[in-house]
Amino acid sequence: MNDAVRIIEVKEDILADNALMAKNLNNALTASKTFLMNLMASPGAGKTTTLLATLARIGKNLKVGVMEADIDSKVDAEKIAAAGTEAIQIKTGGFCHMDATMVKTGLDAMDSKRFDLVILENVGNLVCPAEFETGAHLNAMILSIPEGDDKPLKYPLMFSVCQVLLINKMDYLPLSDFNLELFKERVRAINPDMTIFEISAKTGQGVDAWAEWLMARVRNVIG
Amino acid sequence: MHELPVINSILSVVLKHAAANQVKKVVAIHLQVGEMSDLEDAWMQQYFDYLSKGGLAEGAVLKIERIPVVMRCAACGHTYEVNVKDGTKPLCPECGGDKHSLVSGREYFIKNMEVL
Repeated sequence: MNDAVRIIEVKEDILADNALMAKNLNNALTASKTFLMNLMASPGAGKTTTLLATLARIGKNLKVGVMEADIDSKVDAEKIAAAGTEAIQIKTGGFCHMDATMVKTGLDAMDSKRFDLVILENVGNLVCPAEFETGAHLNAMILSIPEGDDKPLKYPLMFSVCQVLLINKMDYLPLSDFNLELFKERVRAINPDMTIFEISAKTGQGVDAWAEWLMARVRNVIG
Repeated sequence: MHELPVINSILSVVLKHAAANQVKKVVAIHLQVGEMSDLEDAWMQQYFDYLSKGGLAEGAVLKIERIPVVMRCAACGHTYEVNVKDGTKPLCPECGGDKHSLVSGREYFIKNMEVL
């Protein structure tokens, strides 16, 4: 006779451990007066270029460190360091996102309490980084004009977990069929509270306003 | 590749409960996955088969139930289901408010498992 099938009640959310770790990390960062921003975007959206343009505007006022997460390369960290900001590279070894444990390891390695602001440049994709909380005070995302105005429909979770959206490569808008108003409407359908900046990291359009806004957010937490 | 970390976490929770309950074989796993998730059922099963090979959970079937996205209206507190993939602006059916917070829709919840 076959064994009878039993049912075991599990009742566990698999993201719960990470969420708890993220919350503890966030509390520890706040206590050490360090603001963590988690920056997410697709490959090629202009994360590193936007970061460089932002650092050029806030670097005088805040002590900033950058944590670059990449599957297997250190080219981004080298660019940031060449521009005069301390950067460490985390190789995720095939992982497509950073979870709270990996972020904590990186923060410890860079001695994060020395900084007012640590920017985590997450792995380039719009899927996994949205699923895993990192302990950040601010989730920011970049969506560039060439990616298309349909992305909120394809990646609703990413648009729902971010508080600020940078629409990058605005200089491409006249060349493209990207419908800016429709795009914003789609974003607000998912996340009515999203703060949106229209920028071009290349020409500098809109970057001052974004940098001012970010500095105000950081000051709110670090005092 | 995006399925791997999620499936890996599911598998480790399943194996933890299997060890605590003297399980010989895991037959099925009942998951509740929020509609916000971008992961497809078929791919979740494929990655699960790959990761569970050679262990107690090899061959287990993932029974995936999708949990709708539910918002709570910030103005009146009414909760309502939303389709986040059709691009229409979700308005509260009670008061027409457009500010809301997420109640459910992004979970990966392991409800129970069928075992021998």
